[in-house]
Amino acid sequence: MIRFDNVSKSYPDGTEAVRDFSLQAPSGQTTVLVGSSGCGKTTLLRMVNRMVDPTSGSVWIDDDNVADIAPVPLRRRIGYVMQNAGLLPHRKVIDNIATVPLLNGTPKAEAHRRALELMELVGLETSMANRYPDQLSGGQQQRVGVARGLAADPNILLMDEPFGAVDPLVRADLQTELLRIQRELHKTIVFVTHDIAEALALGDQIVILAKGARVAQAGSPQQVVAEPADEFVADFLGLGRGGLDLHLRETPGGTLVVDGHGRPAGRLADPPRAES
Amino acid sequence: MGWVLANLELIGSRTVSHLLLAVPAIVLSFVLALPLGWFAATHQWSRATLLTAAGLLYAIPSLPLFVVLPTILGFGVRDAANVIVALTLYGLALMVRSAADALASVGAPVRLSSTALGYSAAGRFWQVELPLAGPVLLAGLRVVAVSTISLVTVSSLLGVDNLGLLFVDGFQRGILAEVLTGIIATVVLALVIDALLVLLGRALMPWTRAARR
Amino acid sequence: MNYFTEAIAWILDPANAEGSGGVWARSAEHLWYTLLAVLLASVIAIPLGYLVGHTGRGRGLVVASTGAARALPTLGVVTLVGLILGIGLVAPLVALVLLAVPSVLAGAYAGIEAIDPRTIDAARAMGMSDWQLLTRVEIPLGLPLLLGGVRSATLQVVATATLAAYVGAGGLGRFLFLGLKTQDYPQMLASALLVVLIALILEALFEIAERVTARRLHVV
Repeated sequence: MIRFDNVSKSYPDGTEAVRDFSLQAPSGQTTVLVGSSGCGKTTLLRMVNRMVDPTSGSVWIDDDNVADIAPVPLRRRIGYVMQNAGLLPHRKVIDNIATVPLLNGTPKAEAHRRALELMELVGLETSMANRYPDQLSGGQQQRVGVARGLAADPNILLMDEPFGAVDPLVRADLQTELLRIQRELHKTIVFVTHDIAEALALGDQIVILAKGARVAQAGSPQQVVAEPADEFVADFLGLGRGGLDLHLRETPGGTLVVDGHGRPAGRLADPPRAES
Repeated sequence: MGWVLANLELIGSRTVSHLLLAVPAIVLSFVLALPLGWFAATHQWSRATLLTAAGLLYAIPSLPLFVVLPTILGFGVRDAANVIVALTLYGLALMVRSAADALASVGAPVRLSSTALGYSAAGRFWQVELPLAGPVLLAGLRVVAVSTISLVTVSSLLGVDNLGLLFVDGFQRGILAEVLTGIIATVVLALVIDALLVLLGRALMPWTRAARR
Repeated sequence: MNYFTEAIAWILDPANAEGSGGVWARSAEHLWYTLLAVLLASVIAIPLGYLVGHTGRGRGLVVASTGAARALPTLGVVTLVGLILGIGLVAPLVALVLLAVPSVLAGAYAGIEAIDPRTIDAARAMGMSDWQLLTRVEIPLGLPLLLGGVRSATLQVVATATLAAYVGAGGLGRFLFLGLKTQDYPQMLASALLVVLIALILEALFEIAERVTARRLHVV
């Protein structure tokens, strides 16, 4: 479990990125921090692995205050996946994935064997192991990024808009894969995004943030959509602007689901598919 | 052609002397430029000062530097050490800028992600930043190598043994073939060293070729 | 260190200042050689650089030949041309032009090459002809890098123009070779200091020119 206790972050120039933020991210679940750019969500994420230290308040992993753990060893036991994957362009795919185990002193052969397993886990052909990042597509690079985040078998995975730079089809693919991997591995994931659809698709817990990392609402996807806490949340979800207000409309081809503007959002599956 | 064949041994020994002056200077300017360039790249306030100083160094004509340096350092004018120090200064003038640009060219996302992975500051420099700065460093080093080899010849005006003596001697005795031989030998030597650097770069930085494929 | 004070005393000595072989006249000669060489190099290199930058053709050739030109020892060229054409100004001038061309050429084509391709696309999409594209977009936007190229060429030529005196031409190199013959260190150092001074003045002028250009480009 990750716990934020009244953390704040202000900078010498007076800007206040985070003000008095508290939250618990339960173990084995995915917590999504969602908000517009500049709301402080990335700052919160980086407090967990001490890329940013809070000005006041504390961040806890289980019973340890992260401030008491040296940054470098702390980072090596927490997986981190970022936008554009952040791969090292001068290392082959297999070495990129094995970076942290190698830093931790795992023998090379074992680290490589594990890297190949991870490639399979994230849906990459192992024949790509000896390529360089520049020779992969954006989606493939992102998969390598996820595999690298998992390489040291961390309990915690931090994901900073990891799928923000790939096209929508690939993004949907990667989201599905992440859900599958999470069903297998049960990591404690903190996921940052500005895309509400992505948040609803991936989160067990959704935290909608306003400026200064004020928690506008926290709850399950069902809760935030069914009972938005205030105007801000409703507006962010697109409720009232037609975004998530869906209706059924009968057409000769079947029952369509349409949004508030009458634009088709999907088709009503008949008979309704069972929840997986 | 006749002159060349008659003087093969002379050309060979001058080439060796030439290399013994140029190679240490090239290596030294590279090794010294790295920390200076790193400092300029990481401490913004020092960048302009260091780069301007390097630029002005380059404005000093080489011949007087060869002559004046010994009066400051206590070498003899014709000592190899004197020539090597002067050439190293010129090499630094070019290389500090390259090193600063090269290290600054390593993207912020890569720095960030390697920090997040748990690299220590030193580990990040040696294993991530330095290799990624490699291609720009190599480009700078190639310029330094070629211009150093060409610049060595000026020291022959003081009687220092290298390929430049072929110009001085040929000019004074009116032997066109000798001057021409000196020019061609210098250019060929520079191009050979340049080609060797390119090969070295390919061996050390395999990812740069893979990306272009 | 007292060589420095002696050298400065030498420069300030009125006996060395006046006349056709004095400090003023030699400095003027030195500056004149420099400007002439950079001007000739620009006349050759700028159109060629624009051609390469605009068409994108011949880039490999230019890169390779500028690399080879950098390897060309200036002293060798000076003595070679001196032997062929006799002593005087032509030999050092040829060598200095050869020295200046690579930097100017690189500045000219790199200035065009560095322009965002989307800007070029946009200009073409608006219906600009090749000539309009070159004169209204590529040349103005490429100006800062071109100036940078001319600047480093000038710096190299100022320092190297001292070699002109070796084949009988004038310039500040005269004092240098005179001093070399008589082991007169203050005179040699004085010549070097004067060259550095001229270089500093030219650098300052280029700095101003670059700032003015940068400001213009932002306004336009």
